[in-house]
Amino acid sequence: MSPLGVYLHVPFCASKCPYCDFYSLAGDESAMDAYTAAALAGIDAAARVFAPRRADTLYLGGGTPSLLGAARLGALIGRARSAFGLSDAEVTVEVNPADGLRPLFDSLAAAGVGRLSMGLQSAVSAETAFLGRRHTPQQAADAVRDARAAGIGNISLDLMLGIPQQTAESVEQSIDFCAALGVDHISAYLLKVEEGTPFARRGVGALCPDEDAQADIYLRAVELLGQRGYRQYEISNFARPGRESRHNLKYWNREDYLGIGPAAHGCVGGARYYFPRDLRGFVENPAAVLSERDDEPLALEAVAARAAKGATGPEALGEYLMLRLRLAAGFDYRETRARFPAFDPSPLPRAAAPMARAGLCQINESGIALTPRGFLVSNAVIARLLDALPGAIY
Amino acid sequence: MDNLRDTIRNFSIIAHIDHGKSTLADRLLEKTSAVAQRDMEEQLLDNMDIERERGITIKARAVTVSYHAKDGRDYTLNLIDTPGHVDFNYEVSRSLAACEGAVLVVDASQGIEAQTLANTYLAIEHDLEVVPVVNKIDLPAADPDRVCHEIENVIGLPAMDAPRISAKQGIGIDEVLERIVSDIPAPDGDENAPLKALIFDSFYDSYKGVIVYIRVMDGTLTPGMTIRMMGTGAEFTVVDVGTMGATRLNPAPRLCAGQVGYLTASIKNVRDTRVGDTVTDAARPCAEALPGYRKVNPMVFSGIYPADSARYPDLRDALEKLQLNDASLSFEPETSIALGFGFRCGFLGLLHMEIIQERLEREFNLDLVTTAPSVIYKLTLTNGEKIEIDNPTNYPDPALIAEAEEPFVRASIFTPSQYIGNIMDLCQGRRGEYRDTKYLDEDRVELHYDLPLNEIIYDFFDALKSRTRGYASFDYELSGYRPSKLVKLDILLNGDIVDALSFIVFADNAYPRARRMAEKLKENIPRQMFEVPIQAAVGGKIIARETVKALRKDVLAKCYGGDITRKKKLLEKQKEGKKKMRQLGTVEVPQEAFMAVLKLDE
Repeated sequence: MSPLGVYLHVPFCASKCPYCDFYSLAGDESAMDAYTAAALAGIDAAARVFAPRRADTLYLGGGTPSLLGAARLGALIGRARSAFGLSDAEVTVEVNPADGLRPLFDSLAAAGVGRLSMGLQSAVSAETAFLGRRHTPQQAADAVRDARAAGIGNISLDLMLGIPQQTAESVEQSIDFCAALGVDHISAYLLKVEEGTPFARRGVGALCPDEDAQADIYLRAVELLGQRGYRQYEISNFARPGRESRHNLKYWNREDYLGIGPAAHGCVGGARYYFPRDLRGFVENPAAVLSERDDEPLALEAVAARAAKGATGPEALGEYLMLRLRLAAGFDYRETRARFPAFDPSPLPRAAAPMARAGLCQINESGIALTPRGFLVSNAVIARLLDALPGAIY
Repeated sequence: MDNLRDTIRNFSIIAHIDHGKSTLADRLLEKTSAVAQRDMEEQLLDNMDIERERGITIKARAVTVSYHAKDGRDYTLNLIDTPGHVDFNYEVSRSLAACEGAVLVVDASQGIEAQTLANTYLAIEHDLEVVPVVNKIDLPAADPDRVCHEIENVIGLPAMDAPRISAKQGIGIDEVLERIVSDIPAPDGDENAPLKALIFDSFYDSYKGVIVYIRVMDGTLTPGMTIRMMGTGAEFTVVDVGTMGATRLNPAPRLCAGQVGYLTASIKNVRDTRVGDTVTDAARPCAEALPGYRKVNPMVFSGIYPADSARYPDLRDALEKLQLNDASLSFEPETSIALGFGFRCGFLGLLHMEIIQERLEREFNLDLVTTAPSVIYKLTLTNGEKIEIDNPTNYPDPALIAEAEEPFVRASIFTPSQYIGNIMDLCQGRRGEYRDTKYLDEDRVELHYDLPLNEIIYDFFDALKSRTRGYASFDYELSGYRPSKLVKLDILLNGDIVDALSFIVFADNAYPRARRMAEKLKENIPRQMFEVPIQAAVGGKIIARETVKALRKDVLAKCYGGDITRKKKLLEKQKEGKKKMRQLGTVEVPQEAFMAVLKLDE
């Protein structure tokens, strides 16, 4: 069986960014200890259930995992290694740029961390300030150098697109900043004002560039990143060749990954489960997950049993195609049929033709892929493609 | 028996809307002890609970009460309600035909309004004794003297001694009752003559079948008798007869000449009991039917489609149920390329159309898409054939049309004089032809216009209200057909004609109408994957054009940490949104777009 990915959700942040609706809390030492103990137990539980499967990616996301400190992070990574092998694995930790990260980076490197993902968001101070970020571009640049010095060479920076006041020029400034640092990977997300966030309460949506301007900014970013050697491989992800995130690609290829920690999601053999957004619940029972299908409790054993059977039905196919269409490579007919024997691509070229003419997707003999303009309207494009496939449900 | 007839009074209450007709009716019922105070309330409550079975319990269309008058005699009063709107003029006239008198209620501050006059003229046409009553004298703005003068000057009825009442406060109700007894004549008729009874209302009851409200003119009606409807020829055996109490039917052994009451005869459909028809004894029919019976013909037509095409059978069932109680509603299946399966429905007028649409939506829980209302156009083709068109879909090739005619109405508009200018602008804009202005007094006038029916079926009433701060009132009656220049305006989306958006329009109005349609559609069609050209065309020539630009950007969802639920939700939303859209070729059109273009004036 193919190796797993393992995602650990660390739900702590020093402060909540006003646009963020991910699960995070301002945790104290005891909360972090309790979390760490539970996460260790969660790793053990998952390892027992999914034994003898190995993992080849580990991703610590959040939240702000770096807040846990070197000792706790080291313990978690070590336990994951003993549970799942992690041989030749991609191990990523999310970090917020700050001063004095060098000691932490040294410890992480020693624990086998080879990749960092940093939330830069913008290299323009006015924009980072608007986003409520506590760091300066200079601190981010220093953090990148510290990481390299510690021996962590594979670095990804996050950028935010569509921020109020942002222009094509200021986006270029941020991209040039990243390129000048020589990082390997850039994620560029369009700002979405999520319900219930301070941004939503403040009506920031109305201040953002309008639909057309956002589309222009996005397309310009794709173009600029490409010119600087960052090839788009997913809607929001760009990398130098060979530096695509192995862990994240498991999501988009609908491969197996475990999620551990409050609000973490996992998918094994097509069975999707998640932990509630509830730190206390996680601490009390680190293996209590719910099924995504019906939000009912689901035993990890049941997930494993389903995984053994594999899921190849119409819903699984719809989900697979939807995920693959996030990738610049799109989906490949033969590869798809290998996983879903009932897959019949014959209605697709006709359904896709008008969209291809409009420059939203590309059709070739082996498959279909969205263009950057198509990514911008991916809901509509995906819905239309799947509507044409009687064998796929979404 | 002569004595019995002497003490019967059959009357209606007529009024402009909101002048207090229903309140006065309620007070009269209370005063005559037809309903105890408590029952009145109970009755009101019933109304809410059984909306679906509007009919007897909800709003008795006629009620029989007894009244002990000051002359010491006991009288039987039959109050026959009338629908107070022009759309139901024919029904009003049949109700009046069942009476000898009418109580005319006029608001003490508003004075005479359009429907006051229309209804009074109808009553006078039927030789009714009209008893004017000035209502709402308790209001601060009440000016009963002025209103009494107005009644004398405008209608020509002596009114200086008209009862001045407040139905709301219960002031002057006795006086009204005494006037009914003293001024309105008793009915005549011969109970030994062959049966001759007028149907003035009927409704469907799921237990008894159709309950027919009648006024017996001559003869006697008893259970077991075989009756014939002279207009439709249908025959039935009478099961039950009686009178209408305020809250229930009171069976009786017979109904005699002069009486108002009901009959049941296991009748399955109100279509067999047309309002205005004459009921007679099949074994001993009367020589001739009562005058004035006609089948009411719809004047306004519109396509009604279920928003969810799967509910077509539900829509059909709902229309059939409504038709059980409303013989003037007509419908036949229609297919639209844009909207799928639906019905072409005919209505008496605008209000009737709105009532039916609202009842379909409220009582049958249907979401509807309706097409632009149309009137009946008369066309003479070049080969001499004459045809009538109420559906733009059937509009012939313009080259084949020799002559076109459209229906006109005679409209009377009552308004404070300061709004005359606004109203004239409005009417002129609607191709109105000015007839005359009558001053009711210094501040109030009655304007007469001839208007094409086509121009008032969209939003004329709303436009009138907004231009007169709600003060103007309006009434109309069909006045005949006139030659006209007509064209069919087609709307094309992405190059394809959308049949449900086509309509027939006066040629000179085609260009501005086309432009407004295109603009309105642009506002209502969301941006989608492809650019959508909107064109309006007359006979293949494009006269207006707009474009809905292509959608540039959806909401994008991260699949952060392998959580794909957000993306799935967005796709579900996409799917749900799609369901609310009509797919016309490659274009998705929201239901609202079809409705919005009906309101071009906003």
